[in-house]
Amino acid sequence: MAFGGSEPYGRDPGEAPVTIKILIAGGFGAGKTTLVGSVTEIRALRTEEPLSGPGAYVDNLDGVERKSTTTVAMDFGRITIRDNLVIYLFGTPGQERFWFMWDELTSGALGAVVLADTRRLADCFPSVDFFERRRLPFTVAVNCFDGARRYRAEDVRSALDLDPDVPVIMCDARQRSSARDVLIALIEHALRGLQRTRTNA
Amino acid sequence: MAEEDRWLDEEAGPVVRPYALTRGRTRPTGETLDLIALVTAVRGVEVDPVGLDPEHLALLAMCRLPASVADLASELDLPLGVVQILLADLRARSLIGVHHPIPPAQLPDPRILREVADGLRRL
Repeated sequence: MAFGGSEPYGRDPGEAPVTIKILIAGGFGAGKTTLVGSVTEIRALRTEEPLSGPGAYVDNLDGVERKSTTTVAMDFGRITIRDNLVIYLFGTPGQERFWFMWDELTSGALGAVVLADTRRLADCFPSVDFFERRRLPFTVAVNCFDGARRYRAEDVRSALDLDPDVPVIMCDARQRSSARDVLIALIEHALRGLQRTRTNA
Repeated sequence: MAEEDRWLDEEAGPVVRPYALTRGRTRPTGETLDLIALVTAVRGVEVDPVGLDPEHLALLAMCRLPASVADLASELDLPLGVVQILLADLRARSLIGVHHPIPPAQLPDPRILREVADGLRRL
């Protein structure tokens, strides 16, 4: 199987495994798949979800559940830090019509990376809104595409109207080290938030 | 239609609508398993295959060592929702153990995240 015979969770029965979920969000074409692929062996996760909302229909026939469904493919990847400590990255489906999946994805997540493409900055507004409302820690990673005009982090921050503590990082999603730095920035941001919460509690 | 045509090509073999595997159920019995919940087959139990589908048995074989729900769904190449239902069936028969992920706010020591960041730096 694709685990390649490795044992990602070790076999020390005394230690509870810790799995960490990080979402990679952003508009269509912002580089989500590229970023996940830069730091992990990328794999596909298929979902076939009942549609709800406009365009969907629900038929109740003698208690048989019949619903219109849609297939969505998501990218995901795994980074093993050590035995019993593993990070999972999930590329969120960008289109808003797939947002029904975001609840499940967000539940229990440590945080999210919102990838921004400065040529289409508005594409990441919905993700930023979503995570702000959910109070999920997130960081904005500006994917510096070749040929796109460079902006300063502060310009992006003000264009997105971000809180001052939200990290904004310039990155090249194709580069492993750059993608990794984005994840580190998110983890440190989430850690600061958790420590703040505990101090206040 | 295009979405379906993409994976239902001539190499797909006999086509079964994914939720036919779950006999039309679209929700699992009991709590939905998280994407990163770890599932492990219970050792040393006699598996009575009556009422189990080949996909149930395939899942059992795949989680002899702990495996996440996401990994299992990807490996079996079935939609996540279907795999969550099949796993719930196995759980109802006490054939698998489930380790639920710890929500970040409930980590016994958030400093484990420091270790994660350090681990990433070594990548």
